[in-house]
Amino acid sequence: MSEITLAVRGLRKVIGKKEIIKGIDFELKRGEVFGFLGPNGAGKTTTIRMLVSLIKPTSGSIEICGYDVETHFIQAMSQLGCIVENPELYPYLTGWENLEHFARMLPEIDIQHMKDVVKLVRLQERIHDPVKTYSLGMRQRLGIAQALLGKPKVMILDEPTNGLDPAGIREMRSFIRYLAEEEGLSVLVSSHLLSEIQLMCDRVAIISRGEVIKVDTVDSLLSLQERLIWRVGPMEKAKSILEQWTPVTEGADGTLITIYDEEQAAGWNRSLVEQGIAVKEMQRKLPALEDLFLELTGGETVD
Amino acid sequence: MTKLVQNEMLKLVRKKKLVVIALIIGVLVSLFTYAQFKIVERTVERLGEVDWRTTLQQQIIDTQNRLTSSRISDEWRSQLQLRIQQQQYYLDKDINPMEPGAPTFMRMFAENSINLFIPLMVMVVAADLVSSERSAGTVKLLLTRPVKRWKILMSKYISLVLSVSFIVAMFGILSYLISGIVFGYGGWKAPVITGFTVEGGELNTAGVHLIPQWQYLFMVFGLVWFVALVVGTLTFMLSVLMRSTAAGMGVMLAALIAGAILNNMVASWESAKYLFMINLKITDYLAGNTPPIEGMTLGFSLAVLAAWGLAALAVSFSVFTRQDVY
Repeated sequence: MSEITLAVRGLRKVIGKKEIIKGIDFELKRGEVFGFLGPNGAGKTTTIRMLVSLIKPTSGSIEICGYDVETHFIQAMSQLGCIVENPELYPYLTGWENLEHFARMLPEIDIQHMKDVVKLVRLQERIHDPVKTYSLGMRQRLGIAQALLGKPKVMILDEPTNGLDPAGIREMRSFIRYLAEEEGLSVLVSSHLLSEIQLMCDRVAIISRGEVIKVDTVDSLLSLQERLIWRVGPMEKAKSILEQWTPVTEGADGTLITIYDEEQAAGWNRSLVEQGIAVKEMQRKLPALEDLFLELTGGETVD
Repeated sequence: MTKLVQNEMLKLVRKKKLVVIALIIGVLVSLFTYAQFKIVERTVERLGEVDWRTTLQQQIIDTQNRLTSSRISDEWRSQLQLRIQQQQYYLDKDINPMEPGAPTFMRMFAENSINLFIPLMVMVVAADLVSSERSAGTVKLLLTRPVKRWKILMSKYISLVLSVSFIVAMFGILSYLISGIVFGYGGWKAPVITGFTVEGGELNTAGVHLIPQWQYLFMVFGLVWFVALVVGTLTFMLSVLMRSTAAGMGVMLAALIAGAILNNMVASWESAKYLFMINLKITDYLAGNTPPIEGMTLGFSLAVLAAWGLAALAVSFSVFTRQDVY
């Protein structure tokens, strides 16, 4: 289970005098969906383009299934499937011709496998139509079919739900889970939406200004950042009681904010009530990406 | 590699580039055939059905008359004198330089298209070979395959060479078939004089010999192919360097047109002979016309063109294999 399929070490990119990516390290395991989360301009796309060797890193190494991309390009890239930004295919060819085109760039792909892939992304009925007549969702699916052609072990998807409608997003999400759970692929997904990442990833790396700030499982990251908002009176007394267990900050609109701890919350409430505090409201608040960022970066704004 | 070339050819064919080019050539050949036909018709009208010797004699007299004018520039004067000498030579040997027929038309058309029309057609194919993949974003899919970048570029270049060959062949076939309707399909064996050299403003006929027209045509089309390939390679380089197809086309077009204009005015600017666009009319060496700059020879022009082509290839490959794709 903990087989490492993609290892990134000390990845840096300097353009001109500016250091865009300042040393990124992370690892992908077999069968997991790994989220790459950060605001626009944090360096997500640059990093992903380095992973798929569209951009040459200034320093650092990328290993795909044990093959270094620099020294064993062919072997490494054979294990990789990817869509970078939008799946741009040849609009004047049919879906099937596009697949044939990319199959010719891979060693020995048989027709049956191509048909299976088409079936998997459910494009059987439209596969012989020109791509220019496809909807965005269908293009995205064809893009995935194309990425799956080479039977990759690692799949890299840059903003896979961008521009899709809600049904398309849900479909894409379950498809990504399917790839990881049933096919045993490692999937790297980038997004600037926390909710996205939360719904489909096992682990997440938070990236900001070209650095990975944190790598953790989605569950622990979220619980760490969950807040409990108290509306109580009198405030001063309640604050001093709560501070016995946990740090307390004062919210802007006369509320107190503590961390959310499922085990303790009821106990804190009881002792407040026992000491004569009126608890008017207890609200559990999931973190917004903005808060998470403020917390982790100490004040960097998210655009 | 064959599969990669197959991919590139598929894309070229499906974009209907080659069909468009064949159509343009077809239309232009028809136009010129008609124009040529009109010229012949008018001469017959004016002078009656005459022997070509009389026409040639008349041309020589016309040119001599022009030479008597004092407002003629020295360069132009020496060119006209050379032309008279050449025409006189044809007359003396009793050979018709304009033997009517489709092969003669082909020869004339090729000689006149080599520096502008053919390069233009090649540009249509070459200009967007790489830049279109970049502007459409499909280059990201190409470069993330387990195929080395130089192989991808090589497959594109091979498909360019194939297209250039196709265009030149198309050019020959269409001009023969279409003009033949009017001028007849004969004349392959008509003798043509070649081997004129110009030395110090004098026509040297020492190396002159007769060859059948088909052999001459073969040489002309070989040269046309070479020029087309070099222009294609240069355009290919621009396509790698520039993201915009229009910009690449514009640069190349400017160079070609500048070459056509410069050809007539660089006689005293010697180092211009190293520019590729001055060296495009290499069929002139076969016909014995004066080169734009004195001292230029067929070998020299071929070498200059080859050097430009090789440099462009080297730049294309080193940039394409290293550049970051955003």
